[in-house]
Amino acid sequence: MTSLFSKFEGLAGALGSVVAAGGRNPFAVVIEKPVSSTVGIIEGRETLLFGTNNYLGLSQSERAIKAAQAAAETCGVGTTGSRIANGTQSLHRHLERKIADFFKRRDAMVFSTGYQANLGMISALAGKDDYLILDADSHASIYDGSRLSAAQVIRFRHNSPDDLYKRLKRLDAPNSAKLIVVEGIYSMTGNVAPMAEFAAVKRETGAYLMVDEAHSFGVLGEHGRGAAEAEGVEADVDFVVGTFSKSLGTVGGYCVSDHPELELVRLNCRPYMFTASLPPEVIAATGAALEDMIAQPELRRQLMDNAAHLHAGFTKLGLNASKRVSPVIAVTLETVEQAIPMWNRLLELGVYVNLSLPPATPDSRPLLRCSVMATHTAAQIDQALAIFGQAAVECGVPLQPEAA
Amino acid sequence: MSETVESVSALIIQKLLANPKVPRDIDGNCKIMEDLAFDSLAVMNFVMEVEDSLDVSVPLDKLADIRTINDLAACIVDLKNKG
Repeated sequence: MTSLFSKFEGLAGALGSVVAAGGRNPFAVVIEKPVSSTVGIIEGRETLLFGTNNYLGLSQSERAIKAAQAAAETCGVGTTGSRIANGTQSLHRHLERKIADFFKRRDAMVFSTGYQANLGMISALAGKDDYLILDADSHASIYDGSRLSAAQVIRFRHNSPDDLYKRLKRLDAPNSAKLIVVEGIYSMTGNVAPMAEFAAVKRETGAYLMVDEAHSFGVLGEHGRGAAEAEGVEADVDFVVGTFSKSLGTVGGYCVSDHPELELVRLNCRPYMFTASLPPEVIAATGAALEDMIAQPELRRQLMDNAAHLHAGFTKLGLNASKRVSPVIAVTLETVEQAIPMWNRLLELGVYVNLSLPPATPDSRPLLRCSVMATHTAAQIDQALAIFGQAAVECGVPLQPEAA
Repeated sequence: MSETVESVSALIIQKLLANPKVPRDIDGNCKIMEDLAFDSLAVMNFVMEVEDSLDVSVPLDKLADIRTINDLAACIVDLKNKG
């Protein structure tokens, strides 16, 4: 009889080679204890964290910790139900109002994770006669949402407004609604979407536009509302989706919109309806972290300064870092044979980053993906850079410093 | 619309052979993922190139039923005829 697990044989072989090449499983790293937002204990050693997406360091926010404690004491530790049944407490509605006000939108929906926000909004909005037009490098949650929807799904070339326009024009479907989905900052590469140009395409073609600001919320724009704010085109965005699990340091997802029909989406959105809502302590901590973010715009400036510091350091070392400076900086290596030992050596020397291997990377080359925090000190960034330099030399990764 | 499954299949093979990693002896019955060792992302990216050559949109859900080069060609001819 066929084994249920025979389909995993290829994966088992691939994982075996990755472990054999480096001595440990990069996808099973345990942070034994967080010491601060920037340091954790891994394999018994204090390790600099450069791969946690905790952009503003708010996972350790005093205000959020106190709010979580107070909420757990007054409301308990779980809701035991879905948002449309018994799982909505006044805390949930209060947070939705706060998020909507922050984005200057009519209303917000709060989901249990960012993944579910994309899954839920895309599958609820795009019906079988509609078209979803996705950036080719979209996050898995966007692809999964498109599979859960009954819509026709078309990809356009990553970050290319011209290609988006061409593919929208190619569709001969005047009676179908079209929903374009892009991300503010792409999670693997740190690429930033050309939002003004996408907004122009949206206006010209009459499509709807959804932006996933998961990695750009709290990061881009004067107030931290993301890539659309940074380029002054928020009015063209129909739906903003995002997560609390990066800049706000907790967990959960949201969608904000001015469309009054958002109220009806609540009743047509399986990943919202058929899962338990977030527990009171998470909702309270998220609201407090949002207050922290609003009260400390200097965190955003420090974050971008730190990103520029790390990026300049990589360039000076001669590593191939992302072109644009953003809090996600991916160092591209040429081969998996270089990337695995280098990632392991970085961890041994005290720096944790994310190892991304093809096909989960856009151009079939491996990435050492770093995320910067506002709370990293200049000394920590310099230390990480020194360790990158040492590991690169020890692992035979070619360095090509720019001519001075 | 003068495209036939044979002509589209020939064009797909010609485009595939431009990639030096693709085996030289492919024909329309080759399975795209198994025989050409394409992962799911490579298949989607390749289909994008074919879409541009033939000015057609192939929705992603159609890819689930496509295994061979001829399947892809038949799907494209069908989509073009509907247009």
